[in-house]
Amino acid sequence: MDFQLSDDQRALRAGVRELLAGRFGRDRMRAALDAATGVDRALWRELGEAGFFALRLPEAEGGVGLGLPEAALLFEEAGRSLLPGPLIATHLVAGSVKGAARGEAVVAVLDAGQPVAHLGEADALLVLAPANAPRAPGGTLRDAAPVRDAAGPVRSADPFTPLWRVTDPVEAGEPLPGAGRLREEGALLAAAEQLGSAARTTEMAVQHAGAREQFGAPIGSFQAVKHLCAGMLVRAELARSAVYAAAVTADPVEIAGAKLLADDAAVRNARDCLQVHGGMGFTWESDVHLHLKRAWLRSGQWLTAAAAEEMLAGDLC
Amino acid sequence: MDLAYTEEEQEFRARLRAWLAAVLPGLPAKPRPDDWPGRRAYDTAWQRMLYDAGYAGLHWPVDAGGRGATPTQHLIFLEETERAGAPYVGANFVGLLHAGPTIAAEGTAEQRARWLPPVLRGDEIWCQGFSEPEAGSDLAALRTRAVRDGDHYVVSGSKIWTSHAEVADWCELLVRTDPAAPRHRGISWLAMEMDAPGVTVRPLRTLAGSTEFAEMFLDEVRVPVSHRVGAENDGWRVTMVTLSFERGTAFVGEVVACRRTLAALAADARRNGRWDDPVLRRRLGRLNAEFRALWRLTQWNVSEAQRAGSGGVPGTGGSVFKLRYSHARQELYEAAAEVLGADSADLDREWVLDRLSSLSYTIAAGTSQIQRNIVAERILGLPKGR
Repeated sequence: MDFQLSDDQRALRAGVRELLAGRFGRDRMRAALDAATGVDRALWRELGEAGFFALRLPEAEGGVGLGLPEAALLFEEAGRSLLPGPLIATHLVAGSVKGAARGEAVVAVLDAGQPVAHLGEADALLVLAPANAPRAPGGTLRDAAPVRDAAGPVRSADPFTPLWRVTDPVEAGEPLPGAGRLREEGALLAAAEQLGSAARTTEMAVQHAGAREQFGAPIGSFQAVKHLCAGMLVRAELARSAVYAAAVTADPVEIAGAKLLADDAAVRNARDCLQVHGGMGFTWESDVHLHLKRAWLRSGQWLTAAAAEEMLAGDLC
Repeated sequence: MDLAYTEEEQEFRARLRAWLAAVLPGLPAKPRPDDWPGRRAYDTAWQRMLYDAGYAGLHWPVDAGGRGATPTQHLIFLEETERAGAPYVGANFVGLLHAGPTIAAEGTAEQRARWLPPVLRGDEIWCQGFSEPEAGSDLAALRTRAVRDGDHYVVSGSKIWTSHAEVADWCELLVRTDPAAPRHRGISWLAMEMDAPGVTVRPLRTLAGSTEFAEMFLDEVRVPVSHRVGAENDGWRVTMVTLSFERGTAFVGEVVACRRTLAALAADARRNGRWDDPVLRRRLGRLNAEFRALWRLTQWNVSEAQRAGSGGVPGTGGSVFKLRYSHARQELYEAAAEVLGADSADLDREWVLDRLSSLSYTIAAGTSQIQRNIVAERILGLPKGR
């Protein structure tokens, strides 16, 4: 047993972090927010070149040939950096949608009853099979345009994630080969994004608590603040163990546990980060709200807390 | 990231499992919780069996009489013994996990030869005299005095929360040898015989009704200077050396036990119909996520310790774990009370006493508040303060 990152995995994580810092650092992130450009096609292609989408495709098919643990590390970095776009869906169907592997196609995901993120920019649509039909094929593919034409835009609470409400039932498209695990893998990668966000908001809170002075001392020297920060780290680290282990085992119950704990860590850490930032945390200028809004949105995607808890309860019997 | 066990680790597990299956049916009945001599006899007999089978001091260094097992092997040992329902370390706790490792790391050859073998064989029991009525979370405020008198120290003061004091042969004692020095630099570590004149033990009754620990009054107790481990006034450092010794394995057995309890709770809830309540069901589901993740965090910390090698790792990962675990275990028994319903007031029902005992988990071995300070200051690097 060696449940720690391998040297290759560390290098991969460092490489992705560097790529995202260079290509989607804070200035560009805020510029993208102000411009409300949605998916940046040039960046999307760069992510494709870096292997973001083809990571798990076999090398013989032009992929990178890595597995879920490496994908989790990648999506953790995406979550840290607030990278927008339907990254998970595009990654999941990279082998089936032309151009997706290279970042030339954008694939949105439709989960019945949920608003569809980035539908306006999508080239293809992954239609997920209902969560309560675990043995059914995981999903089908459709052309995005006709669904978009029948959909209405939602004023999204997350400024980085345009949402569309699809009211008419969407017919299933072409079945995806070997797609039985789409929802599980999507949930795992969303959990990895939540983990990245939870770790990032912990850093932001600690940084602010160490710098901001009141009563003649850094506020991080006061236990009331210190204990909030410690609680954030504990949540993030428990989620980290859960997410990494689920990536290694790919066990559905373990994935459900990872999603549950990572959702919790991302949302509650963003809340605590906001609290540590005081009035600044309530401003548009601070990045805290961007993490919180995304974390809220992801909590409802792929696998909800209610569904995860029921799965985990069922596992006890 | 690899969760699979190596061939060697699997063989170790298989051998251990076979041995446990062979010996456990022959164990005597468990003594009652308030039968202290019985508990000592039971715990030490088990330790002797481990010794004879080559499992004693598994994680101790070889030159201290241990087996030099890796942290992963130790994890497997604790996991398997708990699964098989083997006795817990019990009265051997301080000797095997605190005093022994301290002597192994800091003692002279003579001290190691005198004290370590009896711990491994289960011949001698140790207790811990660290906390005092006025020195709890702030351990360095301890005031028990030791004054040199020739080749002895004369020790006076009082200690509290001392587990197994009634049946211990030795006490690892922290005393103040230089009252003028800065607090952390005037403390020494002594091995005190419990039957020395001047030692008085008064059992304390816990809220669960049993006497799990005691107060200890020391009135001019004479302790040979040769029973000091480490240099005079270096006792604080000597004590801290041991804190990283568990290498992530401190709660392995307990997490395994919690997962078993959770499954038993679910089975009970199915039987009595409470399973139909989605609020309770989801609560149990969340606890399942919690304890599964705590198991993975244990494996993470153990793997980290294994990579760090024999040098050990700082105990900070342990603080992260303990904060979450102690809370989760209390939540587990809250859920148990809900499953039990009206029977949760019946002390003879399973889990009712456990619920009471679990109230100590967020206090013992560093309160959650102190653990948060440790996490904030030593891991996150926030400034010291109040």
